[in-house]
Amino acid sequence: MSDTATLKQLVLGRKDVQDLSDAETELPPDLMTVNMGPSHPAMHGTVRIVLTVDGEKIVKSDVQPGYLHRCFEKESEHATYTQVFPYTDRLNYVSPMINNCGWAMAVEKLMGLTEKLPKRVEYIRVIVSEMSRITDHLTCTGASAMELGAFTAFLYFLKAREWLYELLEKVSGARLTHSYIRVGGVSKDLPPGFHDDLTLCLDKIEGVIVEVEAMLNTNKIFYDRMVGVGAMTKADAIATGCVGPIARSCGVDYDVRRDHPYSVYNEVEFDVPLGTTGDCYDRFLVRVEEIKQSIRILRQCLKQIPDGPTMVDDPRVSLPPKAATYNTIESMIRHFKHIMDGIRVPPGEAYSFVEGGNGELGFFIVADGTGRPYKAYVRSPSFVHLSTSSQLIQGHLIADVVPIFGMINMIGGECDK
Amino acid sequence: MSQKVLDALQAKFPNAVERTASTHKDEVAWIKRDNLVEVAKWLRDDPAMAFDSPVFVTCIDWLDWNPVGVPPDARWDESKPRFTVAYQLRSLTHRHRIRLEINVPESDPRCPSLAELWAAFNWQERETFDMYGVRFDGHPDLRRIYLYEEFVGYPLRKDYPKEKRQPLVRRDDLPINPIKVEHKP
Repeated sequence: MSDTATLKQLVLGRKDVQDLSDAETELPPDLMTVNMGPSHPAMHGTVRIVLTVDGEKIVKSDVQPGYLHRCFEKESEHATYTQVFPYTDRLNYVSPMINNCGWAMAVEKLMGLTEKLPKRVEYIRVIVSEMSRITDHLTCTGASAMELGAFTAFLYFLKAREWLYELLEKVSGARLTHSYIRVGGVSKDLPPGFHDDLTLCLDKIEGVIVEVEAMLNTNKIFYDRMVGVGAMTKADAIATGCVGPIARSCGVDYDVRRDHPYSVYNEVEFDVPLGTTGDCYDRFLVRVEEIKQSIRILRQCLKQIPDGPTMVDDPRVSLPPKAATYNTIESMIRHFKHIMDGIRVPPGEAYSFVEGGNGELGFFIVADGTGRPYKAYVRSPSFVHLSTSSQLIQGHLIADVVPIFGMINMIGGECDK
Repeated sequence: MSQKVLDALQAKFPNAVERTASTHKDEVAWIKRDNLVEVAKWLRDDPAMAFDSPVFVTCIDWLDWNPVGVPPDARWDESKPRFTVAYQLRSLTHRHRIRLEINVPESDPRCPSLAELWAAFNWQERETFDMYGVRFDGHPDLRRIYLYEEFVGYPLRKDYPKEKRQPLVRRDDLPINPIKVEHKP
């Protein structure tokens, strides 16, 4: 080493780049362990992945959820059946209406109310669920596009989502955590003018989808980063319990709405889009197509929705009318017992499921005859999907983790409960 | 709807099936713990059953079971198994479903793992272990999943107080918690 080099080393505390020998400039050949998350700008939720990488290639990974665990099940065991609705809002916080609906249906199943709700209630539930499904898919696809650099698409989709949120705010009173649905019905009727507002909104959303599809579908950067990335076979998708858009993109022809129709899904017409390759691009296409199908369902619902009560006429679940509550002692006591003790659900256990934004969202409840669930379990699709992610990112580059996680659409609240 | 599944199951394994029931349109079969794996394998591989798709695993802790309006002998007492592990399965080909329930005593909270048969149960069994402390024999990687390794006790057990806090990092804004949990290992 020359004197200048020694001097440089003294000053810099290390060797200068120009003075390194060939052997010293090579990267070490051994594997490296890198933490991705729990708080990473390009990850959807707070999830930690311990990656073992060979250069840029992922050799092994350990996905660790749980950073958003808020004890949904323990809290539910100490809340009345109605008090659980706000907790379900916070499971999948991009489509809270579907969670509300799933919980209400599980309790109704235990009470034997499943097919006895007024038609209007069922239609309102389908309408708000489909609106929520659209917001869910818009967020997922938009955010994934943003993570791949397409910021405009993200803004367009969020603009469309905001129109729906505004409408849902008119319906329920809250923009994000609606708590709108009740056991046996919904908390209030649709607001006046809802029909026209939603029709207008759907037309505008269709326009946005055309714009974004033109921007993304054949975009070179987007296409190259999505096609062939994170592909899953049909057999794998079934064995790992995947459902919803992810399974459908692999060709699994299963949709709860069609195969186990609940509410009034048997009275509306819609197609179940299927993918072929099961890669990220297919997942994206399936989700966009599902938005279009949801719009189709919504249009039919708006045409078919009948007039009628918004709560089942059953004193076990419905509150007495306000006038009676204030003026008669019997109604006041009933109101008080209903609020303080909760809805009394007969002892038993039941599993009820709906098609959530990400797939089969189920609630398993064990009731003991009191107003609070003895046990509440949520079968969260995100959790099941996240468990496959370790397999999916295997062999890909670190940069591919971002689109794969984006398209798995892991929602922290739902995954971690 | 799927009563024939329960009938076939009972005909095939008369000794392994304790009882079956259809409650609220859910088909449930109570399986003896030692026979679970062979029953599950048959349910998956038999073409008439073809339960190819796993749904969920969870556990019920019966410690506080004191239901309203049923005879007192339905209450839980020391002589009855404390936990029930529930496996829900679904068939995509035949569109039927079944729930397998396995009674697990408190003294020996173990259950055979089905993670080898259905990959989805890998994480869900970890979750059940994390929350209820039921150990799954033959599970490839039985670690806590939501909580951290240092966590003491199993939070969804009925004897774990809801108010108890166990922050991993010391928090001065939380009171020092006097609530203690004692669990048998």
